[in-house]
Formats: sequence, C-alpha cells, structure tokens
Amino acid sequence: MSSNKLEEYLVEKGLFLTAIFSIIIILIIIAFIFREGFPIFQEYGVLNFIFGMNWAPSDEQYGVFTMIVGSLCITGLSLLMAVPLSILCAIFMAEIAPKTFRKILKPTIETLAGIPSVVYGFFGLIVLVPLVRVQFGGTGFSMLTASIILTIMILPTIISVSEDALRSVPHEYKEASLALGATQWQTIKNVIFPAAIPGVITAIILGMGRAVGETLAVIMVAGNVTQIPNSILDPVRALTSNIALEMGYATGVHYNALFGTAIVLFIMIMVLLVIANYFHYKKKVVIGGGYL
Amino acid sequence: MDTKIIIGIIVAVIVIAGAVMVLGGSGSQKSTIEIVGSTSVQPVAEKLAEEYTKTHPNVKINVQGGGSSVGITSAQQGTADIGTSSKELKDNESTGLTQYIIGNDGIVIAVNSKNKVNDLTTDQIKDIFSGKITNWKEVGGADAEINVVTREDGSGTRKAFEEVVMGKETKIKSDAVVQSSTEAVKTTVAGDENAIGYISLANLDNTVKALKVDGVAPSEATVADGSYKIQRPFIFLVKGNASGAVKEFIDWVLSAEGQEIVKSEGVVPVK
Repeated sequence: MSSNKLEEYLVEKGLFLTAIFSIIIILIIIAFIFREGFPIFQEYGVLNFIFGMNWAPSDEQYGVFTMIVGSLCITGLSLLMAVPLSILCAIFMAEIAPKTFRKILKPTIETLAGIPSVVYGFFGLIVLVPLVRVQFGGTGFSMLTASIILTIMILPTIISVSEDALRSVPHEYKEASLALGATQWQTIKNVIFPAAIPGVITAIILGMGRAVGETLAVIMVAGNVTQIPNSILDPVRALTSNIALEMGYATGVHYNALFGTAIVLFIMIMVLLVIANYFHYKKKVVIGGGYL
Repeated sequence: MDTKIIIGIIVAVIVIAGAVMVLGGSGSQKSTIEIVGSTSVQPVAEKLAEEYTKTHPNVKINVQGGGSSVGITSAQQGTADIGTSSKELKDNESTGLTQYIIGNDGIVIAVNSKNKVNDLTTDQIKDIFSGKITNWKEVGGADAEINVVTREDGSGTRKAFEEVVMGKETKIKSDAVVQSSTEAVKTTVAGDENAIGYISLANLDNTVKALKVDGVAPSEATVADGSYKIQRPFIFLVKGNASGAVKEFIDWVLSAEGQEIVKSEGVVPVK
C-alpha cells in the first residue's frame, strides 16, 4: 500500500513540476531581460529611451519610438488584411465547403503554417519587393511589403483556430435557427458567428502575437529605416528587427539598449494581450448563455 | 526485474561517463585556439582553421563572430587567443596588442547591371550616401531617384566604408534602406535598377555591377597595390607577443600556404 501511495505522490509531484516548468522558464527569461536591459533606463532615462526619435548607437543615441510605431503599424496593417480574409475563409471551410474540398483546403493551409519564416522573407525579397516597387513606387522595402508577408504568415493561424471555434458551436443552435426559417447566411451571420466570437478573438490574438514577434521575414523586406513612416510605402524598422540586426555587434550600453528594446517589446505584447483578452471576455458576457 | 534494469542502467552510465572522462582527459592535451571577432573575417578564419587542423590534428580552433569591437576587447582582455578586426585600430585600441595583417579586402560600390553609370569619384559616392545627390542624372545616369542601400550599425563593412568614404563628419543618410547582410544588399541591388550599395570584394559576383572609383576598378591587383582606395585590412590581434600554438598558427597563416587559402576566399593576400 505504502509503495502505491509513494508512486501516487511521485507522479503527482512530477506532473506538477512539468506543469510549472514553463512558468519557471518564462520567469527566468523575464528576469534575465530586465537585468540586462535595466541599465539603459538608468543611464539614458526611461522617457528618452521610449520616446526618443533617434537610434544611432555609434553616436550614443538610443530612442526606440520610431520602432514602436513601426511594429504597431506593420502589425495593425497585416491584421487589417488578414482578419477579414481568414474569418471568411474559416466560415467557408466550417459551414459551406463540401467535404472533399475541405479535405484539400485544410492541409494546404496547414502547409502554409509550416513554411519557415526565412523562406517567406526570401520570397518577399525576391518577388514582393520588386512588385511593390514597380506597382506603387518607392524602394519596395516598405511597411506594406512587410505587412503583406505577415498577412500570409498569420493567415493559417487565424483560419484554423477560428474554424475550430466555428465548428464547436453546438449543432442545436444551427438546427434551431434553420428550423425557424432562417437562411444559411442568416444562420451564419446571426447565430454561428456571434457564438464563435470568443474563439475567433483568440485566433486573432494568436495571429497578432506571431505578427508582432516575427523577425527574420520582416528584416528582409521592411527596409529597417528608423523613421516614422509617412505612408505605407515608407520603410520602417520593427522592434524585433532592431534586436536581431545589431545583437551580433553590441557591447556595453548598446547591448543594454537592445535588451531595453526587448523590454519595450515585452511590455507592448503584454498590453496588446490584455486589451485582446478584455474583448474576449466582454464578448462572452454580451452573448450570455450563447458562448462556448 | 525492475531494480535489476535500473542497476544495469546506472552501471552503464557510470562506465560511459568514466570512458568519456578518460578519453576526454587524453584529448585535453590538444591545444585550443579561440578566435573571436569580425564577422567579415570569420569565413576566412574558419577556412584557415579547417585547413590548419587537417595537418595539425593536435590543435583545435574555435572561430566565433561578434564584430570587430568584440574582437578587439576579447584580445585585450585575453578571453580570446586571437581577436580579429576588419578595420584599422585606433591608437587607444591597439595598446598592448600585436597586429598581424593577414589580408586586405576591397569594398565594392555595387549598382544594378542595367545602370549606365560606370565610374564615380569618392566625393560623388559620399554625396550619394549622405543624400546630397539624389538623382542618377546628376552623375551621368538615367533620370531616376537613387535608392541607397546600407548595412546595419556595427557592421564592419559599414564601419570601413564610413571611415574611408564618408569621413568623420558626414553621415550616411538616415532614410537609406538597411539590409542585414552582404547577400541581402547584393540581392537588393540586383533587383532594383536604381539602387546603390556596398559589398565586400570577396562576395562580388556577376549579379551586380562593380563601379570604378576615381577611375580604378576594384580587383585583387588594384587592392594589393593600393590604387583602389576603398579597402580595409583583415587583422589578427594577439595580446602581447604570440607564443606556442598561437604563434605557429599565425606563422602558418602568413606563410605561402596560408596566404593561398586567404586568396581562395576572395581576400587579397599581403604577400
């Protein structure tokens, strides 16, 4: 008996350990980033760092505001393109597409998610950049180009998660709606989609996370100029790109400044997540008993 | 049964660990050379290390990047046996260090092969990169805006370019597109008729056109005799005087055999 109890105890604690492992890792990473990045705030000033317009490490200027704007603009623009596209695609796959068509579509979209980001970046550099240059002018390295690449990259995430959400709406809802004489479009618009909204928002959060964090593909097509963009055809630098571009060379204050960039990025993602979660829960309440 | 298996595993682990320690112990007689620094020197250093360890199996060479400034500090602090730099050292940087120039690299001003411009003066290049000249027709080309492509802050190629072409006062214009590697600069210039960028001579191929600077075309010969001005040295830095395995390695790099490998990597040998 006692050996059984011991086994029980060990298994329980073992599972607990594995469960908190990810939390521990996150805490360690946060502690490390803050320890390495904190000196820049002391030395350069928090406000100077966050709202500084100039980034020129060789002249000891470390302002990341242009990059905060860059990251937000790229992410916003790509969500603007990706969300409608992917939600419509998800609705099609979940409600309308015939079974055989869906069987082709789903693996295709999943393949899209499996392509490494460097391949997307290279595709962007070789195909999209010249295309944008010829069609819209400018150098081709632009916010728009980066957003298009990001759109393609986050499509599969948003599509598959929202499709799951749409599919897990209880059948009774759909049947009741159709039985009341609603058309299929009315059912989708007024019953299924509203019921799936919390899941769809989760999908958008995941997509947004990927867009904010994407580094390599963005470096290759965004032009990496530290400026506030005047139009969507201007080159911009994202926070992630800044870290990846210069980490190889950075020493001393410059090194701290790059970790400072990581702190800003971290806080930015936290804020975006909190906002997104707020909507997630708010929507749940609005629909009342109707959510999943 | 279970306990037997566990004991078996433990015994096996101990045996393996012991074997690794014994073998590792005999292996530790190998001397290790740490080379740290410039990412531009890195490919050459790696090739040199690879060839050297073939004939000298008792030496192990680790090559790491980090940038020229990292190379200089690691050599000064002694954390690396050899620090590498792809730019000339300032006086305050070179204190206590012995410098061995292993080769010279030209920096090529690259434009699209469709570009009509073949020749620029150093001043014109400076004006283009600082934003004073913005149209190709001002330097004899087509009526089109010049798209300047540069490298990221900290890049050795950028530093050398700034030192030789831009001088101390002038800066590369802030809205120039930044690309993160020589390859990316090359691809950009190859795809854009109006782009101009700078790359290492070692990476030059026929996807882009190399401009003559002050009438001199970049080549191994013109870099070697100094007539092509935009060039930089590849330097090995050693704290104090090189001795033992490090000295043997550097002697070999500077020998005919080593210089041949330097040359095969596209860098202009010093001898």
